[in-house]
Amino acid sequence: MTTTSTPAATQRPIRLFRNKAAKIAAIPMILTALVVFMGGTIWTVVFSFTKSKLLPKANFIGLDQYERLWSSSKWLIAIENLVIFGLCSLVFSLVIGFVLAALLDQKIRFENTFRTIMLYPFALSFIVTGLVWQWILNPDFGIQNVVRSLGWESFSFDPLNNQEIVIYGILIAGLWQGTGLVMCLMLAGLRGIDEDIWKAARVDGIPAWKTYIFIVIPMMRPVFVTTLVIIASGIVRLYDLVVAQTSGGPGIASEVPAKYVYDAMFLSQNLGQGFAGSTMMLLAVLIVLIPWAYMEFGGRQRD
Amino acid sequence: MTDVTTLDAPAGTRTAASPGLVDGPRGAKPKRAISPRNIMIYGTLLLVSVYYLLPLYVMIVTSLKGMPEIRLGNIFAPPVEVTFEPWVKAWATACTGLNCEGLSRGFWNSVRITVPSVVLSIAIASVNGYALANWRFKGADVFFTILIFGAFIPYQVMLYPIVILLRELGIYGTLWGLILVHTIFGMPILTLLFRNYFTSVPEELFKAARVDGAGFWGIYFKIMLPMSLPIFVVAMIIQITGVWNDFLFGVVYTKPDVYPMTVQLNNIVNSVQGVKEYNVNMAATIITGLVPLIVYFVSGKLFVRGIAAGAVKG
Repeated sequence: MTTTSTPAATQRPIRLFRNKAAKIAAIPMILTALVVFMGGTIWTVVFSFTKSKLLPKANFIGLDQYERLWSSSKWLIAIENLVIFGLCSLVFSLVIGFVLAALLDQKIRFENTFRTIMLYPFALSFIVTGLVWQWILNPDFGIQNVVRSLGWESFSFDPLNNQEIVIYGILIAGLWQGTGLVMCLMLAGLRGIDEDIWKAARVDGIPAWKTYIFIVIPMMRPVFVTTLVIIASGIVRLYDLVVAQTSGGPGIASEVPAKYVYDAMFLSQNLGQGFAGSTMMLLAVLIVLIPWAYMEFGGRQRD
Repeated sequence: MTDVTTLDAPAGTRTAASPGLVDGPRGAKPKRAISPRNIMIYGTLLLVSVYYLLPLYVMIVTSLKGMPEIRLGNIFAPPVEVTFEPWVKAWATACTGLNCEGLSRGFWNSVRITVPSVVLSIAIASVNGYALANWRFKGADVFFTILIFGAFIPYQVMLYPIVILLRELGIYGTLWGLILVHTIFGMPILTLLFRNYFTSVPEELFKAARVDGAGFWGIYFKIMLPMSLPIFVVAMIIQITGVWNDFLFGVVYTKPDVYPMTVQLNNIVNSVQGVKEYNVNMAATIITGLVPLIVYFVSGKLFVRGIAAGAVKG
């Protein structure tokens, strides 16, 4: 993500016509950036203030859609789920990802095999992930049934049909799919740490776990920040996994904002609600993104 | 995938994963194969591996059983009687709604979506990245920054405007509409990938070609392209898995007869009508996951290289 590294070839004659081919070549990018990304985003935000139902109509009604949104129990549940899922998956995937990376960094044998195993779920789609875990967590055939058939008759583990804990059932699947990626990013970060640091720490007699916590992790701050942004922007988009695993159920217990938006736009002909919901999602992402972008590209004095 | 069944959890090594496990000095030390430290490290890694492999194992095992066996047995048991019927059924006759052509239709739709999307998006993004890296023009960075920001914006914000756009272009609900959408959303990450790569190409090469009179396209085709084949492979990996695994765009921008595989799979498995055939469902799930899995296992290190960049796609 080195967006601001200065490319080598800057001192070329900059006249409108000298660079015509490059400008023509950049047209798709310019159109995408301006029309789709900027234009589309602004359009959605503007139309979130309208009374659009089946079709987008420019009859503005102020913040009505947002009032309705925040008084809808489905939306509130969606937000609650997203917060729980988001916090848990951030914490767990960072911790597990880092620990696994640290274990793999011990100059062990079969490192490639272990890494291949831990990363393969990331190649699978959320639909596949959701369906597999739906099957494993199936109360009549899955884990619950297996443990019961071993003799523990009263054992109960049925997250997907329990409104209280359904989001944790989705979390298990999400972590299975995503921690491999975090592990890989962390491993790359660990490999970037100078071997001399380890030598120095060892000479000073600092135990390895202390070296990790007080020296290595602070040094890996950029890796953590980047990983955090990547996970966070993925979390907000959480959609496919829920659709595949629970379809938002039982009832509306596992709704998430992205699903709320899709349902409002394409199933219940309530465009205004969809626009308002997606604008709130955008806001959530910007809250994470702007401080990060500022840190990454604004405060250049660091390097 | 062959060693799935050979990896059993070592009994009695239930250890919680914690940083405390990696006590002791790091790096090359006296080579003792069996030390408490090694047992802990390998034990934990084996246990974790079992957790990661379990779903794949369960998928395969379930897909090879008959329904009676599934109703009686437990999901972790290997099949007593191996049958490939669920695979055949999933591929050829599984039903979505009234249509009973099986997953094959979704598979071919996905192929027809993925191939042009990959080619188109890589062609556009590589030229873009090249222009940004070697032929910078005023304002290029502004557009590029917007593009990168776009990678983080939730897709939901742009879903409906794109519906309008595609409708105006007359390709809403068609394969080409979806291909265009994939090309658009693949652009940020791929452009970033190519731009960073082309920036690292020595400037002397570029200058020498300029002196020899090569222009924008000449340099691209004669120097940049042949030099950067690995990065093209990385881009292909990102795009193939990304497009193949997509669900949201497929369900929004296509109609049922051109649904990609993931959408069709979800409809087959989560359909409420009829008796649930878990073995067919799992066979269908594996078949859908097969393409990205093959890409993953074949590409190895390149995949890892791709995800550092491809992770932005989420």
